[in-house]
Amino acid sequence: MTWGLLLQAVVSGLLLGGVYGLVASGLSLIFGVLRIINFAHGAVMMLAMYTTYWLFALAGVDPYLSVILTAPLFFALGVVIQKVVIEPNRSAAEHNQLLLTLGLALFFENLALVLWQGDFRTVRVAYSNASFMVGEALVEVPRLVASGGAVLMAVGLFAFLRLTDVGKALRALAEEPEGAALVGINVARIRAASFGLGSACVAVAGALITPFFYVAPDVGESFNIMAFVVVVLGGMGNFMGALAGGFIVGLAESLGAAFLPGSLKQLVVFMIFVLVLLFRPQGLFGGSRDR
Amino acid sequence: MIAKAAGTLAVAALVALPPLLPKYHLEVLISVLFWAYLGIAWNLLGGYAGQFSFGHAAFFGIGAYTSTLLLLQVGLTPWVGMVLGGGLAAAFGLFEGYLSFRYGLKGPYFSLVTLAFAEMLRVVGVNTKAVGSSLGLVVPSAKAAPAMFMFSGKLPYYYIILAMGALALALTWKIGRSRLGFSLAAVRENEDAAETAGVDALATKLRAMALSSFLTALGGTFYAQYFAYIDPTISFGPSVSIGALLPAIVGGAGTVLGPVLGSFVLTPLSEVTRYALRGRAGADIMLYGAILVLVISFLPQGIVGLVRDRRARAGRQ
Amino acid sequence: MSLLEMSGLTKRFGGLLAVSNFDLSLDAGEIVGLIGPNGAGKTTVFHLIAGFHAPTSGEIRFKGGSIVGSKPHAICRLGLTRTFQIVQPFAGLSVIENVMVGAFNRERDAVAARRLAGEIVDFVGLGPRRDLPARSLTLSGRKRLEIARGLATRPEMLLLDEAMSGLNPTEIDEIIGLIRRIHARGVSLLIIEHVMQAIMALSHRLVVLHHGEKLAEGAPGEVARDRRVIEAYLGEGA
Repeated sequence: MTWGLLLQAVVSGLLLGGVYGLVASGLSLIFGVLRIINFAHGAVMMLAMYTTYWLFALAGVDPYLSVILTAPLFFALGVVIQKVVIEPNRSAAEHNQLLLTLGLALFFENLALVLWQGDFRTVRVAYSNASFMVGEALVEVPRLVASGGAVLMAVGLFAFLRLTDVGKALRALAEEPEGAALVGINVARIRAASFGLGSACVAVAGALITPFFYVAPDVGESFNIMAFVVVVLGGMGNFMGALAGGFIVGLAESLGAAFLPGSLKQLVVFMIFVLVLLFRPQGLFGGSRDR
Repeated sequence: MIAKAAGTLAVAALVALPPLLPKYHLEVLISVLFWAYLGIAWNLLGGYAGQFSFGHAAFFGIGAYTSTLLLLQVGLTPWVGMVLGGGLAAAFGLFEGYLSFRYGLKGPYFSLVTLAFAEMLRVVGVNTKAVGSSLGLVVPSAKAAPAMFMFSGKLPYYYIILAMGALALALTWKIGRSRLGFSLAAVRENEDAAETAGVDALATKLRAMALSSFLTALGGTFYAQYFAYIDPTISFGPSVSIGALLPAIVGGAGTVLGPVLGSFVLTPLSEVTRYALRGRAGADIMLYGAILVLVISFLPQGIVGLVRDRRARAGRQ
Repeated sequence: MSLLEMSGLTKRFGGLLAVSNFDLSLDAGEIVGLIGPNGAGKTTVFHLIAGFHAPTSGEIRFKGGSIVGSKPHAICRLGLTRTFQIVQPFAGLSVIENVMVGAFNRERDAVAARRLAGEIVDFVGLGPRRDLPARSLTLSGRKRLEIARGLATRPEMLLLDEAMSGLNPTEIDEIIGLIRRIHARGVSLLIIEHVMQAIMALSHRLVVLHHGEKLAEGAPGEVARDRRVIEAYLGEGA
């Protein structure tokens, strides 16, 4: 284990961590307002990646630019899903709501499989291979853009939540559902918006990684699990905690990959997950409400 | 009255008809009973104890790998390996369960932890050469050797899974009427109230976990012997975990016949879908996803719940 | 030896001192009323006795043995059980099935448990509704179901938490009658109640809790005339 390898692991971890953070932020937001664990989060990301791919393959739209289209599109999709599937069942038992999102995940993942088969697809742009060195570590530009863009979006969302009326309504609803209704917040609309926003986050994350990540129906699954781990680590409903958690998990995974053979790095992530759930269920930074 | 007659007829058909069935139909029926069996096993923990496991493949895989490795390494008959695998799975289940329940994991958090454990086993399997890594293990099946759980033709496997299913069903039925069954129902409905009424919630949940994981592991051995091939993704992956819970949810969690009814509806549906959309991988699972959403939305008590509602309404009229 | 004995019982939740240095003993055969303004810590005391929370400090002894740190089900098996302020029926089970859960503490066999449960169901007056789902009961029925479930465990002592809240005067009279009959069967009772006439009529002794501390203790008449008690209820408001 040389310092160079270690540095590389740290750099890679930070680069992917930003993306994990954005994906997890969306999940955390959904949990904070709707109190559901959205199993379909990764599937939405996958659909966004396919959308980005097809926009690129058929119309030559640059993946980063396509975010302008994908974000609102998947916001709308999120709203529709929430209104049609999730909201009518909001008083169902918790485990049933989890099964509901699981059903959605299965549906979307296999819809993609049926439509586009399981072949890996890639988006190759001019800058796909651009990179530069930081000391002994290689920094690939697309990964840097993805991580940076993700952090930017997350911070933007954070500002949105703090400064705008809709944002404040979201936070109010997350903290005190009954009180929020009493002060005249349109609860149904805000609940739908939360799912929309969460989906938009994960869609942007998906679009940002297409220049260097393969596109396939199962790509969402691995990000799904990562997102759960990050959200639990950062604290359920803790938006900034999710961002920080993303970097921690990214680093853990990357260092795991450096020290452990094969795909055992995943073990590191799962162990963190189980340990946090058992011994510090409110996460490192505390959740938005007690479990 | 009608129910009893229909039931007797169904049982008679299940016992007598299969030798007459064409190969493909027999295979589908074996599939139906197989998923029904796994559903019954899952149901003990998920439906009866109310703890929804999303990672039952962990026990399935332990069963499949234990009996297969013992067969390949020391020539132990899978009939015995099956029981050992069950024991190992039960031990793992108790470990997983104790950790989770002792630390107060409930509902979705418990589900996520079970998923994590199953995934961890899968990752270990993929990375361990001694168990074949992702290439998996091939189970010898060339010659018939009943003492070694190897049969020529599908019919013997059919009767085995039928017997396993019948026994699991009988066990579920018996438990439902026993002290354990009432404890399970109490814990499922309201853990605090159950404790006050003298039910040891932790012990009750662990008992359900041990039974459920033991039975699920037996299913793993059956799978290994019937399909003659296992790998970490099949054995520890989401298809088994989800496949085990679907029949119970669709048919009616926490009921005796729920998983059976669920499997009789879902499995043929998946076969038909796959046949109709030849070559379109994923069409059947897509359908499962849609069905899951629809069942949770409109039929949360499953098919059995629907039948009960109709009867209750008819009774009141 | 007292049946139930608490000494120096204290419970702190973070910065909040819910119960402070609380002493109380109950002898077998007593009915003791625990009263006090809302938020006084009465239900917390029940949580501590029944094993739902561990005390920050202090001792609780039941039948001479310490029950601090025991789990609720173990305490129930010893002969002490409780009801909840907000009723907690097993909604998906029938009335008799609810009670059977309790009965299984004393009978291993399902037939015997059902028999015992049936007896208790009749005793509390829910006989005609024994096979109906618990969720179909009115509030009064649910309260009686909760008591029945506790009785089926054959307790020596029953903690009743606001068994009469939300009931109309007729229903309150019924519960008072039921409590008297329970007492006649040899069960000791510690009762939290806000319905003053009821608890005055039933209790041998009253204990007043205020801001987590014992304010007064004695015969109902004495306590009712105690100025500090009157001030606690009226002066500072509920």
